[in-house]
Amino acid sequence: MRVWKFGDNIDTDAIIPGRFLTIYDEKELAQHAFEGTRDDFSRLAQDGDVIVAGRNFGCGSSREHAPLALKGAGIRFILAQSFARIFFRNAINVGLLPLVCPQTDAIKDGCSIIVKEREGIVIAEGREYAIEPVPEFMYSIVEAAGLVGYAKQLKEAPLCTKSRR
Amino acid sequence: MGATIVEKIFSSRCRQDIRAGAVVMAPVDGAMIHDITGPLAIRKFYEMGGERVFDPRRIIMLFDHQIPADSIEAAKNHVYMRKFAAEQDIHNYDICEGVCHQVVMEKGHAAPGEIIVGADSHTCMYGAAGAFATGIGSTDMGFVLKFGALYFRVPESIRAEVSGRFGYRVGAKDLILSIAADIGADGATYKAIEFCGQTIGDLDMPGRMTCCNMAIEMGAKTGIVAPDQMTWDYVAQHREGICPFALASDPDANYAGRRSYDVSRLEPQVATPHNVDQGVPVGTVAGTHIDQVFIGSCTNGRFEDFFEAAEVLGTRTFSEKVRVIIIPASRNEYLKILRAGLIERFVAAGALVGAPSCGPCMGGAFGLLAPGEVSLSTSNRNFRGRQGSTEAEVYLCSAATAAASAITGEITDPREV
Repeated sequence: MRVWKFGDNIDTDAIIPGRFLTIYDEKELAQHAFEGTRDDFSRLAQDGDVIVAGRNFGCGSSREHAPLALKGAGIRFILAQSFARIFFRNAINVGLLPLVCPQTDAIKDGCSIIVKEREGIVIAEGREYAIEPVPEFMYSIVEAAGLVGYAKQLKEAPLCTKSRR
Repeated sequence: MGATIVEKIFSSRCRQDIRAGAVVMAPVDGAMIHDITGPLAIRKFYEMGGERVFDPRRIIMLFDHQIPADSIEAAKNHVYMRKFAAEQDIHNYDICEGVCHQVVMEKGHAAPGEIIVGADSHTCMYGAAGAFATGIGSTDMGFVLKFGALYFRVPESIRAEVSGRFGYRVGAKDLILSIAADIGADGATYKAIEFCGQTIGDLDMPGRMTCCNMAIEMGAKTGIVAPDQMTWDYVAQHREGICPFALASDPDANYAGRRSYDVSRLEPQVATPHNVDQGVPVGTVAGTHIDQVFIGSCTNGRFEDFFEAAEVLGTRTFSEKVRVIIIPASRNEYLKILRAGLIERFVAAGALVGAPSCGPCMGGAFGLLAPGEVSLSTSNRNFRGRQGSTEAEVYLCSAATAAASAITGEITDPREV
């Protein structure tokens, strides 16, 4: 479980460039992840590896190809100090867990890492770092393998107009 | 405690008092899909067990990123979407109408008080029509197509109050680039930016669209301008049966932040590579060599932008050292500049005028940059690789600055040509 370390403002054009957006298969997308900005990622990333980044990870386009490419590369968790809004939702919807970790600056590229998301910690090079708790409804979507599995359980949307608080 | 305009829209649509921070399953009044994110949204709709969409009259489809089809894969995606539109009775504008956001505005698909979603990040532009509009991914869109609803976390708002009169050849794009530099690329993450003040009131609809369009570049969920007479007039021109009603934030509404800007001394701005929040006065980068100039996009591809560019151009020609690509944002805007004689002027001056589409801003179709090349663009993003090679550079600016620079062949202050 190695760490792939990135900086601040990693945008969706970097995660998956525009010219690959006719592809929808996650394994195929993964072959082009970070193409031109970090070429070793698609060659060397393995199942269970973790992306660790700074602020505003996933800013830019609404392209779901971005979290799909990372999922296809075997990533299950992304740790960042903060996430861009649309990417955050898209990641959960495809079954990736974005985790907010204020201390990602201290975690080094290439080191091994264990994520204990339910306990709210990650362990890298023997040190523990806190991650912010994940709302339960996010787990319910991730554990249904994304929003699709969740939606299949619904006959109709539980509209807020139908249940007055 | 009063409510913000965003809280009021959610309260009205959800029929209960809703404040920022609440997570609600809200009804969606309109949804837009295009050729990049649409095919996956349709697949997700089917994977979710979808058979019929929730309401075909509330959904629109169009193709703008890869048109006319630039690859066999793109053509196949178009076919897949056309078939879905025909089966589901969804209005498909296909390839001829223009960039999605401009089309939504000018075909009357966004109105004050509505909740609109689009499978594209710049959907936040419809805040110029007084709607709560936000970009979503394909899986979220699949859910919307099936259920006509979506989970939203109702955002806090940042109030951006703008005063002062713009100087010569300074306008909305310069304002929003300077706001982005101030707030930062993630300074409004998960929040709404409410643009207000005398300057916003005086701004025309295209200028308001430019501002709301770029709210996402600060991480915002949406940008919004409270509807005034200008908004209602605009919306009524494009949709029948519009009845104005009062919709604005209360004076005692709770804001996550307040910023104020005075544009009277604002200079033309240029966002330098590779982030939108790296805006500087044009003088700082004047003289920078450029290879390509792009005037167009949902941010600045309207008649008013081209009119301004033509004014700067006058009777001169563009530099032979620069490729000038001009692409109107929609068929409607194309016709306006055609009838005004601007296309003839641009072509005679040496520009390549393209059919309405996202153009080079898409970074995957055409107008791409080689390693080492530099583009000056009126679009909304200058991320590394956005317009081609990751070793190319993109600067962002207004149509006036783009035109001035296209004349000289280097980044140039539009007040000095």
